[in-house]
Amino acid sequence: MPAEAAGAAAWSAVVLSLQLAGLTTLILLAAGTPLAWWLARTRSGAKGPVSALVALPLVLPPSVLGFYLLVSLGPEGPGGQLTQALGLGLLPFTFAGLVVGSVLYSLPFVVQPLQNAFEALGDGPLEAAATLRASPLDTFFSVVLPLSRPGYLTATVMGFAHTVGEFGVVLMMGGNIAGSTRVVSVQIYDHVEALEYAQAHWLAGGMLLFSFTVLLALYMLNPTGGRR
Amino acid sequence: MTPFTRLLPALALLAAVTGLRAETVQVAVAANFTAPMNAIAASFARDTGHQARLAFGSTGKLYAQIRNGAPFEVFLAADQETPARLEKDAAAVAGSRFTYATGQLVLWSPRAGVVDSQGEVLRRNEFRHLAIAAPKLAPYGAAAVETLNRLGLMQRVAPKLVLGESIGQAFSFVASGNAQLGLVALSQVYEDGRIKTGSGWVVPARWHEPLRQDAVQLVRGQANPAAAALMDYLKTDKARAIIRAHGYGD
Repeated sequence: MPAEAAGAAAWSAVVLSLQLAGLTTLILLAAGTPLAWWLARTRSGAKGPVSALVALPLVLPPSVLGFYLLVSLGPEGPGGQLTQALGLGLLPFTFAGLVVGSVLYSLPFVVQPLQNAFEALGDGPLEAAATLRASPLDTFFSVVLPLSRPGYLTATVMGFAHTVGEFGVVLMMGGNIAGSTRVVSVQIYDHVEALEYAQAHWLAGGMLLFSFTVLLALYMLNPTGGRR
Repeated sequence: MTPFTRLLPALALLAAVTGLRAETVQVAVAANFTAPMNAIAASFARDTGHQARLAFGSTGKLYAQIRNGAPFEVFLAADQETPARLEKDAAAVAGSRFTYATGQLVLWSPRAGVVDSQGEVLRRNEFRHLAIAAPKLAPYGAAAVETLNRLGLMQRVAPKLVLGESIGQAFSFVASGNAQLGLVALSQVYEDGRIKTGSGWVVPARWHEPLRQDAVQLVRGQANPAAAALMDYLKTDKARAIIRAHGYGD
């Protein structure tokens, strides 16, 4: 591959990774907030089983999770039957499919920091807001959210970083299609497998440097914990 | 005293006389050759008393491991380039390389009656996805691309291709029904001399470069008699029969 084509391929993979991680993180923050809130406040017996389900992606090896997603979202699988019935077609080998896989895979990385933040609030601020006649929604946006900012920062960073580094799930259900499912991690892996170590080093080094810079900036701008 | 224990002194004497000592050999094996190699290792142990410890993986990964000090003594690769490269790197015993198996490509669908005996289904273009192994990473992928080019179908099929990082993954794409068709290894769908499920068309060997797989003895195994014994054993009629029964040509 000439240098220019290799550069273009690398760039397309980088952009795709960032899009996937960004979209996944947004979906997880939106969907994870009510779930984490419920887990933090509930006294129902379902809390244990639901917490365990949320944590499951930590246990399953990513390629195993990817394999089961491939099978269950395939035309013979229950997920595949459902997406076809809804007129969405089949998810494997599409960007949308990768988003679904990544949301499942990074779920605990977003839900758990949020849940910890909500639990740390305690009842005090909520009761104070209630005595001032704030509606639950108002309470959430003007009291809970600002107080939970460190938790949201952690959830965002963890969810995003975890998805950028994701490999097994994408490899299994992506089909390695340039421009729609070939993300950076897969591209690096391809280089290593093809014994193109120089390209692999460049891409991996660039990815590390970029991630470190972003994480550093986030943590410098948001000094949290310890020093209150 | 069982008949067997009565035999023990005799066996010990025989071993002492012939200078035979049971050794263990560490073998790195390309993933596509998993099933036949398990069978060969069992028969190797029965016939020679040596144990072969097998580790399976992709040729590229195994190469990286060998170059970085993995304790393998014999390497069965999925291609010819990698063993040659190891020889150039002085990590393999010069002159020990030989072709132990030749792969065959098959157009396969898990459904019966989908693939006809001429592969016309490819030309009809009535499928959503065709799974192949990544041509850059796997010889079977390169052979698949070559075949599509020869048939003049590459242009039409290109948007429908999904690439597995290995031939094993390309097979998962088809077996799970996500891709209707796949160009996979015959050894993946072959048992007792026939395609065991679904329907397939064995791509004529003239459509692509031969999928020769080479074995090489590694420098680490130079002094191990079991390593040399295994290299020889792969050439025996018994081993060749096992290899053929798994869908590989000679």
